[in-house]
Amino acid sequence: MNDATPAPITHVDLQAEYQASGVADILDELDRELIGLSPVKQRIREIAALLIVERARKNLGLSFDPPTLHMSFTGNPGTGKTTLALRMANILHRLGYIRKGHLVSVTRDDLVGQYIGHTAPKTKEVLKRAMGGVLFIDEAYYLYRPDNERDYGQEAIEILLQVMENNREDLVVILAGYSDRMDQFFTSNPGFRSRIAHHIDFPDYANEELLSISENMLARQNYHFAADAKTVMASYIEARRQQPHFANARSIRNALDRARLRQANRLFISAKGPLDAEALSTITAEDIAASRVFSGGIEQKKA
Amino acid sequence: MRITQGCFSFLPDLTDEQISKQIEYCLKNDWAIGLEYTDDPHPRNTYWEMWGLPMFDLHDPKGVMMELEDCRKAHPESYIRVNAFDSTRGFETVRMSFLVNRPKTEPTIAMSRMDTVGRSQRYAWQVTR
Repeated sequence: MNDATPAPITHVDLQAEYQASGVADILDELDRELIGLSPVKQRIREIAALLIVERARKNLGLSFDPPTLHMSFTGNPGTGKTTLALRMANILHRLGYIRKGHLVSVTRDDLVGQYIGHTAPKTKEVLKRAMGGVLFIDEAYYLYRPDNERDYGQEAIEILLQVMENNREDLVVILAGYSDRMDQFFTSNPGFRSRIAHHIDFPDYANEELLSISENMLARQNYHFAADAKTVMASYIEARRQQPHFANARSIRNALDRARLRQANRLFISAKGPLDAEALSTITAEDIAASRVFSGGIEQKKA
Repeated sequence: MRITQGCFSFLPDLTDEQISKQIEYCLKNDWAIGLEYTDDPHPRNTYWEMWGLPMFDLHDPKGVMMELEDCRKAHPESYIRVNAFDSTRGFETVRMSFLVNRPKTEPTIAMSRMDTVGRSQRYAWQVTR
């Protein structure tokens, strides 16, 4: 045998592949930056494993068929669907599944036209833009309006389905929306359900998770809780959950925005001299305790 | 008669993969890609029909390839070219242009000669099929 020809690869070291691909970093980062969502992270870990195994199979010359990675994210408001979708493009790009790793985020308005013959070019335009990346359709159930049979949404759905099937290796489509309405949407469009390989359900956050999310949010904006404020925040979360229109992390974000408002006002009224950075970036217990959530919520206030 | 217009026209026809690579290069330079087709390859015919609008916001050549496929399906016996437009101030022009489709039998271009005033002669080219 000629020495110059490289020996055919007969073994593959998955650990080495795993290390080389940088997937470990991606997953660590995900664990660090997103709190909770364990089923979601589990699924991403599985996808990452699959992509590595597929790559190994390709190296060994085994039959290789790129997996379908279209996804649907369902869950209650504020459970991180959009946040994760934004990251998904980056993750899939680093895993080497999509070529460019950009994200095109659209809603019904961007896909569905206003008159006959307007929808197809519009949808195609968006799809062309999304090629090589991730197409994220937020609140996808709006595409289908069962009450109006002449609605152009159906046309957009047909084009989407066709491209999802034929250009599987060129783009990943992620649909997102609230659970119940997405279920309805899939029931009326069975083609969609079967073409989406990954139906990922986002669970609600636990109270402790929301608390650490709130700390993260503040840290990102260079704020922090005062020592006693944290316990008040914990009881705030508990109380807020009982009230209507609770939207998980989004409610927390709004609460923090209002707390910052109160903090600013408090500083403005009470400050009697120069303030240091510490004072400007501390959220105290009273900033949170002033929330009307503690006085019975929005509904009671109105009554 | 083989028409030679634009880049690469003295080379064998580009394969789809090669076309993709060239488009990739154009997109990397932030050039807008447009597709045009015509059945009249006369060198003086600079105004070809546009296939849709130029594509300004693509990231991946696949988007162009999809359009090209559609255009080929609709006009299999036409010349199709890819134009890459550079909008940078000072250029504002087509930077690269190459043929991606030819009819199976290409028309020939014949030269004709005509006498005019004072024994001078005029030349013209006709595309004949």
